[in-house]
Amino acid sequence: MREKELERLKDYKYGFTTDIESIKAPKGLNEEVIKFISNIKKEPTWMLNWRLKAFERLKVLKEPNWQKPKYPKIDYQDLYYYSAPKSTSDKPKNLEDLDPKILETYNKLGIPLQEQKRLNGIAVDAVFDSVSVATTFKDKLTEKGIIFCSISEAIQKHPDLVKKYLGTVIPITDHFFATLNSAVFTDGSFVYIPPDVRCPMELSTYFRINASDTGQFERTLIIADKGSYVSYLEGCTAPMRDENQLHAANVELIALDNAEIKYSTVQNWYPGDKDGKGGIYNFVTKRGLCKGKNSKISWTQVETGSAITWKYPSCILKGDNSIGEFYSIAITNNHQKADTGTKMIHLGKNTKSKIISKGISAGFSDMTYRGLVDVSPKACNSSNYTQCDSLLMGNKCGAHTVPYIKNKNSESNIAHEATTSKISEEQLHYCQQRGLNSEEAVGLIINGFCKEVLQQLPMEFAVEAQKLVGISLEGSVG
Amino acid sequence: MENQLKNDFEKIVKTSGFSKKDVEIKENFLNKFIASGFPNRNLENWKFSDISQIIKKNIGDLDFYNDYSTPNKIDSSIFVNGLEHNKIVFINGRIEKIEFNYEEDEKIEIIDELEFKNNINQENSLINLNNAFTNKYYKIVIKEGYFLKKPLIIYHTTNKNLKYKNVNLRLDFLLEKNSCLKLVDISNDEAEKNFINILYNFELGKDSILKNYKVDKKENSNVKYSFNNINQDVNSVSETFILSAGSNFIKNEINCNLNGKYSSAFINGIFSLRNKRHHEIRTCINHLIDNTKSYQLIKSVLENDSKSVYQGKIFVDSIAQKTDGYQLSKAILLSENAEFNAKPELEIYADDVKCSHGSASGNLNQDSIFYLMSRGLNYKQSKELLINGFLLDVVEKITDSEVRNLIKNLIGFKE
Repeated sequence: MREKELERLKDYKYGFTTDIESIKAPKGLNEEVIKFISNIKKEPTWMLNWRLKAFERLKVLKEPNWQKPKYPKIDYQDLYYYSAPKSTSDKPKNLEDLDPKILETYNKLGIPLQEQKRLNGIAVDAVFDSVSVATTFKDKLTEKGIIFCSISEAIQKHPDLVKKYLGTVIPITDHFFATLNSAVFTDGSFVYIPPDVRCPMELSTYFRINASDTGQFERTLIIADKGSYVSYLEGCTAPMRDENQLHAANVELIALDNAEIKYSTVQNWYPGDKDGKGGIYNFVTKRGLCKGKNSKISWTQVETGSAITWKYPSCILKGDNSIGEFYSIAITNNHQKADTGTKMIHLGKNTKSKIISKGISAGFSDMTYRGLVDVSPKACNSSNYTQCDSLLMGNKCGAHTVPYIKNKNSESNIAHEATTSKISEEQLHYCQQRGLNSEEAVGLIINGFCKEVLQQLPMEFAVEAQKLVGISLEGSVG
Repeated sequence: MENQLKNDFEKIVKTSGFSKKDVEIKENFLNKFIASGFPNRNLENWKFSDISQIIKKNIGDLDFYNDYSTPNKIDSSIFVNGLEHNKIVFINGRIEKIEFNYEEDEKIEIIDELEFKNNINQENSLINLNNAFTNKYYKIVIKEGYFLKKPLIIYHTTNKNLKYKNVNLRLDFLLEKNSCLKLVDISNDEAEKNFINILYNFELGKDSILKNYKVDKKENSNVKYSFNNINQDVNSVSETFILSAGSNFIKNEINCNLNGKYSSAFINGIFSLRNKRHHEIRTCINHLIDNTKSYQLIKSVLENDSKSVYQGKIFVDSIAQKTDGYQLSKAILLSENAEFNAKPELEIYADDVKCSHGSASGNLNQDSIFYLMSRGLNYKQSKELLINGFLLDVVEKITDSEVRNLIKNLIGFKE
């Protein structure tokens, strides 16, 4: 019995559930639940009204159906929209007061808070099942005037900032999942970097889905004021579970004049077992607005997990001379499906964007790059370069490229390139000749294939990501 | 529109003498079309060109009934001079003449398709419309081992009697084993504000060669849709060239199924647009078996408020190993209001393949202009030289030298 359990765990390194009693909102999606969430988070009335307005809109919206990966119908009335570790009601003052079980979970995950606090110099706002449990390194950040806290805290302490920016990039009337998130979001991170401040450390959040049947609805809002810089890391792992879970987060980035935001993600939610049973539905809306002149937003993502990934981190290049970048690695194995890409919307003059996408599919999986480059008539002298390469391993999987290119400005240049191929026999032969076995050889070649993107990740992530790339493709060769 | 469609259909049934079975089949297509209507932008395929809006804006209400009882007079001045060729002449959608004067009689068979067949497996409401309203269509069979001595030119002519009409026409071609057909479509429109819906179906036997050149050069205010369905057997070759310039709106769609090993498909296209023209080419190449090849090259030169759209898709089935697929689209935007949209799509399920696509759009290279001007050309001359060079690249891809010269003359390239 025990051995069996271990066998299961071996497949998915992070597959374990922590046993903590949770406070749950009643099942279902209705005004009462939204009021419950708002009430339990002690939100002001304007916030509740904002949620209810989104909910009104949600009633008329339909789930999108144009995407390639199809999924069984989700019963939105059969989900819990709120669950929090019980100990939240009297929040611990410091790390030592934390529920030891939570600490243990983080240890298994490889992010011991205590260790991290001392060694890494990364402030961690750990989201454990929808509510921020601990936030570290506050002092150092407060010194510089940086606000890094949970969004519910920000709603109470910095209502002006939240009111001004929340929903300006992803309006509450956007699409189904974004609107759903606006109505029922439970927690997430809030970052504000004051003018001319360079954030001294990488900000990072680890998301975890824990209690059974709770879709996680995170909301992240990052504002970089004039001349500031911030690098934000997001990493995800989720426990093993058989039911499909929904994850519909919203991430909004706003860069004002001369500001720069770098947003990196490593996504490794539970992808389902070998037969495609279980796994997370990752339907995320991420959008950045380069609002000011000379601003820059850069997205980097490594997507290896989730049964279905469906996300398009986008940049709206509104300010003149603004820059948008998108670097992505998507790896699918077994029965995973990923439909991911970006949108670069050029509105300002001299705007530039760059898209590098690397897709690898193996097993029975499907990988789609879907992107839009839209140059509006006013975006004079703007340019885009897109490169998307796909690698196929085996003939049971698929790799697709669906770029949309719209050029409405004669002074702009758009270039797009895409290739699809398999690992060349020559390269394999060369590596094997020098003593690597076939799996190591493939790992080496894949890492080379992805190098352009991996380079963009901050140090801490790059190492982890490189390992992930190898782990994700284990057993798919030969 | 529904009543109009039904009434016009009744009229056609009364005058045409279809068999009962045919009427039933056609009615079925009509009902399908009525259910879906003209495609609009909600359909992925029509995302960039909403034809229901385009028809509404350019034409308004359409009349679907055409009186085909009396023949039209053929104006021989439209015929191409200086090139001996076989002819098929359509006037206002009515087939007026089929003439193979240069070929051996027994090698070409013209079958009057009395019984209606639909062998195109596509969910497409405009094909449904075509199937419902085509009055009569022919199947042209090129017999085994026969190479046509001269090209076949199909004249699509309309005269001033035609206005606010929908014209549907269809031709089927069967190229038997080891045969070859060179086909040139030339449209010649006098009429204004009509919707012309053309459907071609090609069956290519083993080792056969099809060369299809479509020329839409003369300026006119019609809205057109053309669909080519090509099925290819082992080692067959299809070559399609599209010159898209004259009509107000035209969408050329090519659906090519590579069913036989070693078959290959080549599609080359030029958009040369000005004023408010809006043209589209959509291709779908289905690689369904191993060792097939496809190549596509589409170039646009856009002036004034014109807009061109290229949607190209390469589909590779999981058994289609060793596929070689290539797509390239390039556009030069000469005016602030011109627009170029592209969706080069790859859908691949086999791993041992070589597929790539590229797309680039922008203005003329200022360095090149400077280079030419520093050698004594004025701005206009340098611009022309660069554009001609840009387009000539596509024209040079035409493998038949006679037709290549004909098309060069039509476009105005000097030898």
